[in-house]
Amino acid sequence: MVEFFYAAAAMLLLLTGLGLARMLWGPAPADRMMAAQLLGTGGGAISLLIATASGITAIIDVALTLALLAAFAAVALSLGEPGTKQQDKGINP
Amino acid sequence: MSLVVDIFSMAAIGAGVFFFLAGTVGLLRFPDTLTRLHALTKADNLGFGLIVLGLLPQSPDLASGMKLVVVWILVLLAAASASQLIAQFVTDGGPPA
Repeated sequence: MVEFFYAAAAMLLLLTGLGLARMLWGPAPADRMMAAQLLGTGGGAISLLIATASGITAIIDVALTLALLAAFAAVALSLGEPGTKQQDKGINP
Repeated sequence: MSLVVDIFSMAAIGAGVFFFLAGTVGLLRFPDTLTRLHALTKADNLGFGLIVLGLLPQSPDLASGMKLVVVWILVLLAAASASQLIAQFVTDGGPPA
């Protein structure tokens, strides 16, 4: 069973790594952010698989952190750069 | 009994990996940004949920099992709001490049 978990984690690592090609190609900033989101959820799933396979439950916290960081990254994208029009619109509609 | 649980776990995790495969292929092959967002969010959350479902009967104690469920709920909420934000970013045009 442990071998199956590690095999599934390796498969997920390969898939999320392939998904990073979208970050390279773009073309829009939203496309690059989507690849980062895939890396966040994929990394979380890999962490959970490794945590259960190895019995080190502290690795679950890594999955929590990755999920949280992916959410913050999307919020940062939607806020835009400081001082640009997009951010002003968000704060003072 | 243990064999049944193991088969359930392998089926759920295998299905989860399949949905991650579908999400990655959609992200790489779909023609425009919003269709790629569709493929990513649907397949990603379903894949993650199935993997957590497969891991639940294998967790060593109750506390870590409940923590798995908490991570699952956090990922669902985070991915749902993140996809809304990205879609709004795309339709509003976003900040000037």
